[in-house]
Amino acid sequence: MLAVLTFIVRRSLWTVVVMFVITVVVFFIFFKTPGVDPARALAGRDPSPQVLAEVRQQLGLNRPLWIQYGIMMKKIFITRNLVSYSDQGELIIPEIFAAAPITLSLVFGASVIWVVAAIVMGVAAARLRGTIYDPVLMILALIGLSTPVFWLGQVVILITQVKLHSSIFSWVQLGYTPLTQSPVKWFEGLIFPWITLSILYIGLYARVLRANLLEVQNEDYVRTARAKGLSERRVLLRHTLRTSMITFLSLFGLDFGALVGGGAILTEVVFGIHGVGFLTWESLTNLDLPTIMAVVIYGAFFIVLANALVDVAYAWIDPRVRPT
Amino acid sequence: MAAIAEQVSTTELRPAAAGRNPWALAWRRLRSNRIALAALGLFILIVVVCLAAPLYAHDLAHIGNPLSPNLNGTTVANGKVVPIMQEGGGILHLGETPIGPTWSLGHYFLGADGLGRDVASLVLYGGRASLQIGLASAVICCVVATVFALIAGFFGGLTDTILSRIMDIVWSFPVILLAICIATVLLTQPNGVKVGFLTIYATSLWVPTFIIALIYVPYVYRPVRGQVLSVVQKEFVEASIAQGASNFRLIFSEILPNVISTVIVLLPLITATNILTESALSYLSVGVQPPNVSWGTIIADGQDLLYTRPWVSLAPGIMIVLTVLALNVLGDGVRDALDPRAKLRVK
Amino acid sequence: MTEPLLDIRNLSVTFRTEDGLVRAVDGVSATLQQGETLGIVGESGSGKSVTMMTVMRLITDPNATFEGEVYYKGVDLLALPQDQIRSIRGAGISMIFQDPMTSLNPVYKVGWQIAEQIREHEKISKQGARARAIELLTSVGIPNAAERVDNYPHEFSGGMRQRVMIAMAISCNPDVLIADEPTTALDVTIQAQILKLIRKLKSDYGTAVVLITHDMGVVADMADRIAVMYAGRIVEQGTQRELFYDPQHPYTWGLLGSIARLDRPRPRRLAAIPGQPPSLMRLPAGCAFAERCAYRFDACETQQPQLLDRLGTGHLDACLLSEQRKHAIRTRTVEPELVEETP
Repeated sequence: MLAVLTFIVRRSLWTVVVMFVITVVVFFIFFKTPGVDPARALAGRDPSPQVLAEVRQQLGLNRPLWIQYGIMMKKIFITRNLVSYSDQGELIIPEIFAAAPITLSLVFGASVIWVVAAIVMGVAAARLRGTIYDPVLMILALIGLSTPVFWLGQVVILITQVKLHSSIFSWVQLGYTPLTQSPVKWFEGLIFPWITLSILYIGLYARVLRANLLEVQNEDYVRTARAKGLSERRVLLRHTLRTSMITFLSLFGLDFGALVGGGAILTEVVFGIHGVGFLTWESLTNLDLPTIMAVVIYGAFFIVLANALVDVAYAWIDPRVRPT
Repeated sequence: MAAIAEQVSTTELRPAAAGRNPWALAWRRLRSNRIALAALGLFILIVVVCLAAPLYAHDLAHIGNPLSPNLNGTTVANGKVVPIMQEGGGILHLGETPIGPTWSLGHYFLGADGLGRDVASLVLYGGRASLQIGLASAVICCVVATVFALIAGFFGGLTDTILSRIMDIVWSFPVILLAICIATVLLTQPNGVKVGFLTIYATSLWVPTFIIALIYVPYVYRPVRGQVLSVVQKEFVEASIAQGASNFRLIFSEILPNVISTVIVLLPLITATNILTESALSYLSVGVQPPNVSWGTIIADGQDLLYTRPWVSLAPGIMIVLTVLALNVLGDGVRDALDPRAKLRVK
Repeated sequence: MTEPLLDIRNLSVTFRTEDGLVRAVDGVSATLQQGETLGIVGESGSGKSVTMMTVMRLITDPNATFEGEVYYKGVDLLALPQDQIRSIRGAGISMIFQDPMTSLNPVYKVGWQIAEQIREHEKISKQGARARAIELLTSVGIPNAAERVDNYPHEFSGGMRQRVMIAMAISCNPDVLIADEPTTALDVTIQAQILKLIRKLKSDYGTAVVLITHDMGVVADMADRIAVMYAGRIVEQGTQRELFYDPQHPYTWGLLGSIARLDRPRPRRLAAIPGQPPSLMRLPAGCAFAERCAYRFDACETQQPQLLDRLGTGHLDACLLSEQRKHAIRTRTVEPELVEETP
C-alpha cells in the first residue's frame, strides 16, 4: 500500500514538474524569443502606442523576468483575468471553459467510434493473416492514416451538404447543439465530425493493434493457452487481445488527452464547431497571442494529466509494473 | 507457429546467409516487395511532376506568374474565349465565381481559385513547397535527433537523463499547438526575427521547416537512443574501447553504422508525417505564408469555394493523400527489408 | 504388447520459408505405452520439439505441412477437427514448456490460469476450480498455496513458475504429459527438484511422460525408452539400458561422451561432437550425420540409412556400419568409460 502511495506521489510530483517546465517554455516562446518584442507580439495586429504601453504596464514587461512570469501565471491560474487585446478586452479563461464541453463532445464521440472500429479492424486483419483481406484492411488503414483530417472534413461536407444533401443526407445539420438541449440534434450534428476525426485514429490503432496481436500471438503463453485446450476465440480474446490492449489503452489515453488539449483544432475549424481548437484558430487569424498562450497552457495541462492517468492505468492493467 | 519456423530457419540457414552484406540483403528484400517499389515509383513521379511545375506553367499553360492574381484574364473553354472570373455562378448566382475545371491541359485544366489563378499550376508549385518542407524538415529532424541520441546513449548518466527528460517534455506537448505557438510569435514580427547574424522572415519556407523539424525530434530520438543503448553494450564496442579508440571514433565509426538502419526506417515515415503537419499548419494559416503556396494553403483557400468549385481543394488533397500514402507504404517496405522482425513502430 | 497410448507413424513436418523448404521432421515413428516415460534427445533444431508440438497440433504456421498419422487411443489426431482436438489438449495430453518465465500469461493470477483450464474441460464452479488449483499447487510443492494462488507469475521464481506450469498441466489428470525441455532454463539445483517432482507425479498418477531434452543426463535419470533425433530423423531408439550400455549410432556415442558428471573428477575437456548439424534445406543424399562422423565410409555419402532393428532385439538404429565394426570401435572408445560405470 505504501508502495502504491509513493508511486502516486512520485508520479504527481513529476506531473507538477512537467507542468511547470511547460509553462516556462511557453512563457519563453512568447516573451523571450530572440528579436521579438513581447508587447508587440501580445498586443494583436498593428497595435497603437497606447495599447502597447498598456500591455507593458499590465504584464509588468519592464520588471524582472521572474516577476513577468509570476504575473502571467497569476493571470492564467489564480485571478483568471487575462484579457485579449485584439478582442476588446474579452476575458480569456472563461471563454476557454465555455468551449471545453464542445471539444469534449467531439473527442468523446470520435474516440468511441475509433476504439470500436480499430479493434474490429485490427483483430480481423490479424485473424485473416495470409488471406487477401489482411493487406486490403491494412491499405485502408494506411489511407486513413495518410489523409489530412481537414481535407477529409471538406470532402465530408461536400458529400453531405452539396452532392447528396437533397437525397440521403438531408437530415445532416453540421454543428454543435448541447447534449442537454437535444440529444438527437447533438448526435445528428456531430456524427460526421466524429467519423472524420476518427478515421486517422482508426487507421493508426488498427495497425498498432494488428502488429501487437501478431507479436503476442508468438508469445509462449499464447501457446500455453492453446495447449490448455482453450478455444481459438478464448485464446484470442482473453490472452492475445488482453495483453495487446495494454499498448492500445496507453496510446488511447495519450491521444484522447492530446485531442481534448487542442489537437482537435483541424476538425473543429473545418466543421465550424466552436470548441477550444476553434477558439485558438480565431485567435490565430487575429494574432491574438494571449488567448493562444492560455489555450496552449490549458491544452498542455490536459495532456500532462492524461499522461499521468495513463501511467496509473498502466499499472492497473499490467500487473508486472504494479508497485508492490 | 511462426516463431518455430523462424527458429528453424535462423538456426539452420545461418551458414548460407552469413557473409552476405546486410544492406545488400535488405535491398534484395525491398526489390522483391512490389508494393513498396510501386510506392517508391509513385513518390518519385510526384516529385518529378512537381519539379516540372515551371515547365507546365510557362510552356503549356502560358501563365506569366502562376502565383499572382489574374482576376481580369480570359481563357479558352469549349473553343470559346471566356473570362476566368464569371458573374453569378454557384448556387446563389451571386457575385463572381472562378472558372471550373475545363479538363483541357493548358486552359485552366482544374479551373481557377478565388484570385483567378490556375489551380493546376498552383498544385504543382504548392507541391514543391510541401515536398521541400517535408523532406528538409525530416532530414534535419533525423540528424538532430540522432546526434542527441548518440550523445545520450553513449555518455549515459546525467547527460542521458537531462536529454531524455527534455525530450519527454517536448513529447508531452501537443505537437500542433507547439508549432502554432512558435509560428505565431514569428508572424507578429513583419520585419523578421534576428537570431545572431541571421534574419528569418516569417514568409520564408524555412520557418515551417524548422518548426516541424523541431517538434518531431523526440519521435526519432526515442527509438534511436534505445538502439544506441543496446549497441553500446556489444562486444565489438568494448573491443574498440580496449584498443584505445577515441570517443569520437567510437560514436561515428562503431555505433552510428549500427543505428543508422533505425534512422533510415524512420526517415520516410517522418517525411510523411511532416508533409501532413505542414499542410495542417498551412491550413491554419501559420505554415507557408503568401506569396508562397503549398498544398495546405490551397486547401485553406478552397474552403470558401467548396460549394461551387470543389476541385480547388480536392486536387491538392488528393496529392497529399497520394504522397503521404506512398511514403508510408515505402516506409513499411523499408522497415520489413531492413529488419524483418522489427519491434520498432512509429506512432 | 497392448495397444500404445500414443502412436506416431511416419510423421513429417515441412515449413515453407523465404529461402526454401525446411524439412524439420522427416518420417518419425514412435510409440508411447501407458505409464511409460519416453525420452527424446537431440540438439536444438533436430526436430524433437516440432514433433511433439505437431502431436498437440500446436503448430499454427500456415506455411507448415504435415504428413503421417498420430494415433492417440486409436484416433488420428492430425485428422481431427479443431473443436475435437481441443477437448484432448489439456485434458488427455498436456504439455509443459521450456521457459517458465514466458509460458505463463503475465497479466493473470496463477490460480486463475489453472482454474481456466479446469473449467474448460470440466463442469465445475469457480470456487471448486479455485479449490482444485490450491490443491494442485500444494501437490507440486508450492508452500503457502492458499495465498500464492492469487499471485501473478512475475512474483514467482523460475523454479516455482515451472511448478505452476506442471500443476496446470496435470490439473485434468492427463494420460500423457509432454515435457519440452522442462529444466533447460533453470538452475542446476532447481533442475533436480523439478525432475524429482515429475517422477513423483508419474508414480502417483501413472501418467505417461514424453521428455524432450538435449541432455543425456536427464533421460538417464528419467526415461524408460529413449529416441535420439538428428536432423529431423530418429537415428537410434531403444530402452534406456540399451541406449546407455549398447549404443549403436556414432551420434549417440558423441552425445554420451558429452555428459558432464558431477560425481567424477572433471575431465580435461568435455568431449564435443565436431562440426554443425546440416542445413535442413539441403540435406545430404546419404546419412545426415556423415559429415561429422569419424567412422564414415563410402556408402554413408550415397545411401540413406534406414532406422532398422539391426540387432533383432527391438533396439533400432540408422547406421550403416556393420555390427562387428561398431563393436570394435566402441571397445576402443566409449566402452572404458561405461565399464567404470557398471557397479
